Amino acid sequence: MSETKKGSKKNVETLEQVTIRFAGDSGDGMQLTGHQFTDTTALVGNDLATLPDFPAEIRAPAGSLAGVSSFQIQFSSREIQTPGDHPDVLVAMNPAALKVHLSDLRSNGTIIVNAANFNKRNLQLAGWDSNPLEDGQTLVDYKLIDVDMTRLVGEALSDMGLPPKIIARSTNMFALGLLYWMYSRPMDTTIKFIETKFKSRPEIVEANKRALQAGFNFGYTTEEISTSYVVLKAKKPAGTYRNIMGNQALAMGLVAAANLNGLRLFFSGYPITPASDILHILSGYKHFRVLTFQAEDEIAAVTSAIGAAYAGALAVTATSGPGMALKSEAMGLAISAELPLVAINVQRGGPSTGMPTKTEQSDLFQAMYGRNGESPIVVLAAATPADCFNTAYEACRIAIEHMIPVILLSDGYLGSGSEPWLLPDIDALPPIKNHKVTDSNGEFYPFDFIDQEAMARGWAVPGTPALEHRIGGLEKDSRTGNVSGDYDNHQQMVDRRAQKVAVVARNIPLATIHGDDSSELLVLGWGSTYGAIRAAVDSARKQGYSVSQLHLRHLNPFPSNLGELLLRFPKIIVPEINTGQLTRIIRAEFLVDANVLSKVSGKPFFPSEIEERIIQILGEK
Amino acid sequence: MSVNTAEIEQPALKRKDFVSDQVIRWCPGCGDYSILAQVQKTFPELGHRKEQIVFISGIGCASRFPYYMNTYGFHTIHGRATTVATGVKLANPDLSVWVVTGDGDSLSIGANHLVHLLRRNLDINILLVNNRIYGLTKGQYSPTSEPGKKTKSTPFGSVDRPLNPPAFALGSAGTFIARSLDVEGKHLQKMLAAAYQHKGTSFLEIYQNCLIFNDNAFVDLSEKPHKLEHQLLLEDGQPMLFGEGHNKGIRMDGHRPVVVDLEQDGYSVDDIVVHDKSDKMLALMLSELTYMADFPTPLGIIYQEQQDTYEDLVHRQIEAAVQQLGKGDLQALLHEGHTWIVD
Ligand code: SF4
Repeated sequence: MSETKKGSKKNVETLEQVTIRFAGDSGDGMQLTGHQFTDTTALVGNDLATLPDFPAEIRAPAGSLAGVSSFQIQFSSREIQTPGDHPDVLVAMNPAALKVHLSDLRSNGTIIVNAANFNKRNLQLAGWDSNPLEDGQTLVDYKLIDVDMTRLVGEALSDMGLPPKIIARSTNMFALGLLYWMYSRPMDTTIKFIETKFKSRPEIVEANKRALQAGFNFGYTTEEISTSYVVLKAKKPAGTYRNIMGNQALAMGLVAAANLNGLRLFFSGYPITPASDILHILSGYKHFRVLTFQAEDEIAAVTSAIGAAYAGALAVTATSGPGMALKSEAMGLAISAELPLVAINVQRGGPSTGMPTKTEQSDLFQAMYGRNGESPIVVLAAATPADCFNTAYEACRIAIEHMIPVILLSDGYLGSGSEPWLLPDIDALPPIKNHKVTDSNGEFYPFDFIDQEAMARGWAVPGTPALEHRIGGLEKDSRTGNVSGDYDNHQQMVDRRAQKVAVVARNIPLATIHGDDSSELLVLGWGSTYGAIRAAVDSARKQGYSVSQLHLRHLNPFPSNLGELLLRFPKIIVPEINTGQLTRIIRAEFLVDANVLSKVSGKPFFPSEIEERIIQILGEK
Repeated sequence: MSVNTAEIEQPALKRKDFVSDQVIRWCPGCGDYSILAQVQKTFPELGHRKEQIVFISGIGCASRFPYYMNTYGFHTIHGRATTVATGVKLANPDLSVWVVTGDGDSLSIGANHLVHLLRRNLDINILLVNNRIYGLTKGQYSPTSEPGKKTKSTPFGSVDRPLNPPAFALGSAGTFIARSLDVEGKHLQKMLAAAYQHKGTSFLEIYQNCLIFNDNAFVDLSEKPHKLEHQLLLEDGQPMLFGEGHNKGIRMDGHRPVVVDLEQDGYSVDDIVVHDKSDKMLALMLSELTYMADFPTPLGIIYQEQQDTYEDLVHRQIEAAVQQLGKGDLQALLHEGHTWIVD
C-alpha cells in the first residue's frame, strides 16, 4: 500500500512489523533513545518487545568496540513474541557500533549513521581498514543513510552558544526524531520526557527539543529518504496496557502479594547486575510500607530475609547467579526451618563473575541442586517481562501457603527487556492463605502440620503469647522442633522435606500445550525462551509442520500432568540458554528422548534459530 | 514503634519461666552454665514480656543457648545470627532481640556482619561469649587466641595476631561496649540489664572458660586473690582503681596509661583517671589495656553513646513516605506512567 503524505512528495507505506537497533557508544544515550522510541511505540498501539544490550563497564573507552551499547525493538501490528532477530534498521552512531552490529542486519536493511563520527581515529579504534561509508563495497548490500548529525544539530543550536560537547550529546535526539518521522510516530511523549528530565536546565531542554525536531525535519526534507512507514495498531485483547520491564513487573508482583494479603513485604538485596533494579524499585515503594534492606553482602541479604520471615513478614531476596551461590547455605536453613522465603535469581552469564550484563539460563541446576544435603526446593521461572508479575505473585503464594522457600528464576533478558502489559485485574488474583497461629489450644508443636494438605506447619511468630518455641538448622524432631539425632526421625524429616515440595504440585495449574495435543515434535521450554519458541513454533505450524509448544513456569515440582503430556510426542527438543539442564532433568525424570537445542553466547535465542531446528528435525517441506 | 507496650502489665515472671525443657548439653563445668543462669535470673527483673523476647544464635558451643531459654529462639547458621536478628528486628521492632555468639562465630566467620550490625545500631543485644578457642569443633585456635597458642590446628603455636573485641566494636561505631566474666554473676547480671536498657546495639563481651580446650584462660580474672590485681571494674564517673583495697589505679601520663601504686608511688586518688563511658578516646585506651602487659583487664561498660536506632529510622522514613505520598495504592501503581486502552 502506498499513498502520498499531505504536503510532502514522499510515499507512505504500511508495514506489518519492523525491527530497529539503536547502537552507539556507551556515552551516546542509546538506552535512553531506545526507551523513548519504545514508550512512543507503545502508545501508538503496536505490539512490541525490546532488548537492551550494554557493556558491563560503566564507560568503556570511547569509540572502542567494547564500549558499544545497543537497544533493539521489534514492533508490529500483529502479536509478536520477541525483540526480533535481524534488524531492518540499524542506527550506528559511530564506526564501532557499525562494526559490532552490521553482521546482524538483514540484507537490504537500512543503515543510518552519524557521518561526523566516522573520522580516522574512530575508524581505527573500531578496526576498520577503510571508511565503510566511502569504500563502495562494505555497505553495498544495504541502504545507507549517512547524515552528518553533529553538523546539523550544531546548526539547529547555533544561536544558543552551547559547547560542542552538549551539541554532540544531542545527536541521539536527532536520530530519534528522524526515526519518528520515518515511522510516523508523534514526538509529544518524548518532548514531555525531555521537559521533565532536564527541568532544572532549560538550555538542555531546548537543545534536545531542537535536535529532535531537526531529525524529524531532516526526514521530511531529505532527498535520501523517499518513503515513510506506518505500522498500524496491533489487535490485542481489550484492556488497559502499559509497557513494562521484567524487573519492574517482578517488584510489583511482590508488592501485590503482600498488599492484597495483609502481609508486610521485607525485601533484602545486595547490589548485583542485573538484579539491582528490583532493590531500586522497591526502595521507592516506602508508601506501600515495603521494608527494603541493602545488606552488607549476599549472605546477610538472605539471612536477614529469613529473620524477617521468622518474624512474620513476606520475605524476599533477589540476586544473580554468583550471589545465589553465596546464599546457598542459608537456603538450606530456610528449607530446614520450613520458613516461607522467596529468593529471586535474575540469571546472567557464568561461571564465576561471567558476563554480568548478558543473559543466560544456566542456573537451573544451581537452583535445583546447589545446596548441601537433601534439600529440595520449589523452583519457578518467568517467561516474559510482563509474566514476571504473575510469577512473583505465584512464588509468594506457594511460599506462604506451604511454609517453604521458593526460588524464582528470571534472567537479564527478562529483567531489562520490556513488552506491553495488559494490566491485570488485581481482584482476580488468587488470595494467599497464610498459616499464622495465634492460639495454642493447649499444647503447641511448632513442627506439626497445621495444613495437612499443604504440609505446612504453623507460622507462630515471635510476639505471640504462649507459643514460645525454638527452631534451627540442626535436624529437628518432627513435632517439637527440638534438636534430634534420632535416625528414624532424620529419615522421616528427609522424606517430609521431599514431600513438602511434591505436594505443591496439587496447588499449581496443569501444563498446557500450544498447538496440537499430540504432534510429531514438541518444543519444551522454560523461562525467557518463551517468546522465541512461540514465534518459531507458530511460524513452522503456518508452514504445515506438526509441532507444538509446552512452556513450564513450574520447574519443581513439575505440573502433575507433565509426564503424561510428554509421552504423546515422539520427538522433543528443549531450547535452553545453557548446555541442557532442563533436558537432563526431563530425561532423568520421565525417561523420554528429549534433546537440547543449546545456545550459550550471552544472547537470547532468535526465533529463526529454533525454527531452523524444527525444520531440520521434521524435514524440509 | 511501641517497645514500651511490652513492658507493662505483665504477670511477674520468675527465673523458671525462662528455663526450657531441654537437657543442657554443655560439658559439666563449662562457663556457659553460669552465663545461662545469669540471663535466666536477670530476665524476670527486666520486666519484658516473655513472648516478646527472641534469642538468636549462630554455631558454636554458646550458640546452643536459645534451646535452653523458654522464649522464642532461632539457632541459625555459622556467623549469621547477627543478620537473622537484623531481619527479625526490622520486621518487628517491638521484640527484644538477643544474639548469643562466640569468638569464632562472630569474629571470624561472622565478623563482617558484626561490623554492620554495630554501625547500623539496631536495638539488638549481643552476648559475645569469648573463650578464645573453638570448642564445638574440638579445639582449634580462634581469632581471639593469644599468639603462640598451641592447639590442634597450631601444633607449633599460632602465628596469628589476635583480635581485640572491644576495639573491634569501637571501630565499627558501636554505641554500647561492655565486658563481663562468666563467673562474676552479679557483675554479669548488671551488664545484662545495662545492655537491655541501652537503646541501640549492645555489645557485651563475656569471658568464658572452656575447661576442655582452653582451661584457665581467664584464671587471673576469676580467682582470688589474683583477680583483684587483674580486674579493673569500671564505674562511670569513678576513678579507675583496682587491687586489694583499691590500692592501685590508672594514671594518664599524657596519652599513655600507667599503673600507679597509691601506697608507694606518692599519688592520690585525684591523680587517677576518672572513667567517662562517653569518652571514645578513653574507651580505646581501655580496649587496648587488655593486651598490654602488666595492666588490669577492664570489666564493665567501656563505652556508651546514644544514637538513633536503625529500625527507628527505617520505620520513620516509611511513615514519612506514607504521609507524603499517601498510603500506597496498588491499582494506581500498576497504572502509573503511560498507559493506553485497547478496545
Ligand atoms: S567444649 Fe568448652 S565451651 Fe564447649 S561446652 Fe565444653 S567446656 Fe563449654
